[in-house]
Amino acid sequence: MSLEIASRIVAAPRTVVLSRPLKRMLILGVLVAIVVVLFMTLNARGNWGFVLRFRGVKIAAMALVAYAIAVSTVLFQTASNNRILSPSIMGFDALYVLIQTMLIFVLGAQRAVAIHPQVRFLAEVFIMVAFAGLLYRWLFGKSRRSLHLLILVGIIFGVLFRSATSMMQRMIDPNEFSVLQDLLFASFNSFDRQLLLLSALLIGGASLAAWRIAHTFDVLALGRETAINLGVDYQRTVSVILVVVTIMVAVSTALVGPVTFFGLLVANLAYLLIGTHKHRWILPCAVALALIFLIGGQLIVERIFAFNTSLSIIVEFFGGIMFIVLLIRGIAR
Amino acid sequence: MSKECAAIILRNTIPQKQFSIAVAVVAVCAVISLFIGVSNVTPALLLSRTEDSHTLQVLLVSRIPRTLAILLAGGSMAVVGMIMQLLARNNFVEPSTAGTVEAATLGLLAVAIVAPGIPLMGKMLVASLFALAGTVLFLRILRMVPLRSVLVAPLIGIMLGGVIGAVTTFFAYRLDLLQSLNAWMTGSFAGVLRGRYELLWLSLVMMVVAYITADRFTVAGMGQDFTTNLGMNYNQVWALGLIIVALVTSVVVVTVGMIPFLGLVVPNIVRTIFGDNMRRSVPWVVVFGAGFMLICDIIGRTLRYPYEIPVGVVVGVVGSVLFLYLLLRKDAHVA
Repeated sequence: MSLEIASRIVAAPRTVVLSRPLKRMLILGVLVAIVVVLFMTLNARGNWGFVLRFRGVKIAAMALVAYAIAVSTVLFQTASNNRILSPSIMGFDALYVLIQTMLIFVLGAQRAVAIHPQVRFLAEVFIMVAFAGLLYRWLFGKSRRSLHLLILVGIIFGVLFRSATSMMQRMIDPNEFSVLQDLLFASFNSFDRQLLLLSALLIGGASLAAWRIAHTFDVLALGRETAINLGVDYQRTVSVILVVVTIMVAVSTALVGPVTFFGLLVANLAYLLIGTHKHRWILPCAVALALIFLIGGQLIVERIFAFNTSLSIIVEFFGGIMFIVLLIRGIAR
Repeated sequence: MSKECAAIILRNTIPQKQFSIAVAVVAVCAVISLFIGVSNVTPALLLSRTEDSHTLQVLLVSRIPRTLAILLAGGSMAVVGMIMQLLARNNFVEPSTAGTVEAATLGLLAVAIVAPGIPLMGKMLVASLFALAGTVLFLRILRMVPLRSVLVAPLIGIMLGGVIGAVTTFFAYRLDLLQSLNAWMTGSFAGVLRGRYELLWLSLVMMVVAYITADRFTVAGMGQDFTTNLGMNYNQVWALGLIIVALVTSVVVVTVGMIPFLGLVVPNIVRTIFGDNMRRSVPWVVVFGAGFMLICDIIGRTLRYPYEIPVGVVVGVVGSVLFLYLLLRKDAHVA
């Protein structure tokens, strides 16, 4: 016993040097490196140049998605001052799929395919930002609504968007529908390589916009009244965050399709793990966790389940359970 | 209760005139529904008495069963929603916001894996056992939650449904049953033919049972203490209610597929007119539910004629819009 205490005293000065968040971040960094290396090298046969390039593109896409989902969820939770909402629970990604479908519905599949994919992608993102901006402005607008109402309304909006999407898909001529399916079908195994660079640029731009107001995040997390009291231009800041979040969701949905609970899982684990409310720690921690889960999860799905399942199903299962636990614990007040 | 007594109650509580108008409207829609479809069936053709029995055949084998199935499924789902809302004392609960439907689907999948050969009745019974278990699980979880808002119940139910759905999808994906799963998940009357919908008559029986025992549910809706005070066995009412809910849900899922939000929207609309007395509102709920389903199916059949949009999708759009309206109108949360 005394020996243990003594060893603790001896060890004490060292722990002071590395604060708890920093230590955890370092561990997470090492884990990220391990999954990346494993993903790149495991079961690799044949030409290394090809393997590394093939998997490198895949990892780049996953990294982009992980980053977009993690950052957008944390920022969304900061802006709406709670820990249970996430953009996808509020129906953002369902909205994006609806917009994709609507564009093809209005233009016709042949003409939609003829448009350069990058131009179409930009148009979709633009419509999405405008539309989501209006919708969520109205929802989060003047009258203060209860959090439970917001979540439920968001979920029902999601159902509405999904139903409207499938309604529109069935209104399209069955012959054209196959074209549409190719366009809409996105997963971690079949994302559009052409869009990767453009997505990176869009996310980079959004990150820059977020970076410029990053100093207000910690204050914003204190709640609307406090933030205004402390001199934050609340309306403007929240609007900027919403636009940033919308762009990130659009990009990640375009790349891999909707993954409802992933952001929620990652953000809440980050809060739990890092033990501080400062965004300079939470954001990188959430991104690191997202990378580990996404790449590690894909590794497991590909190598252990041999593609015989989909990562999003597993995420849905654990995310749903965690959501219920959050509700039971009364975190959503 | 004697027949006379029931008749008196009927006469006193239902505004006869409006009710007959409502029934007439649904009947007209039902007749219209008989004559919509790719195969040419018109009243004139039917009356012309040609040797061609094809028209009559289509009417008897496809159109009439379909219309009956729509009426039965719509009416019974609405009644089930109302029962759940009274028992849980929460206006935003119904089979698809309580994990019941998803549990029934999981049951169907289990049957498809373990014993694919058993008759429809057996499948339905297994599904209703699962539905029962799912609903009980939902109510258990609900008891653990600090209830601050009525909205927590549907939230938990939808999430529980998502979790059960994920399990179902996981196994369906691995065992190549995703297609059958999709059929159960989106309600459609396109596959309804004579010989493939008769199980739905069971839901008519359940509707009648619900009507006879309606007063018990009304009382149970006022809470356990109140119910016990009136000398009723609270748990018995609960058990009865849950059995009706599980049976009707699984019958509808087996024969038609999932119909989201109908059981939530219809009773809430009726409630704004007639209040919480179940016996008084059951006939209205049945008529509204049947009419709602019928109109949605007619929309689905005509919007992209000659193709068909499944009724589950149409109800999904219309139902979620109405649900949003119910949530966002001003005094929604007093309940």
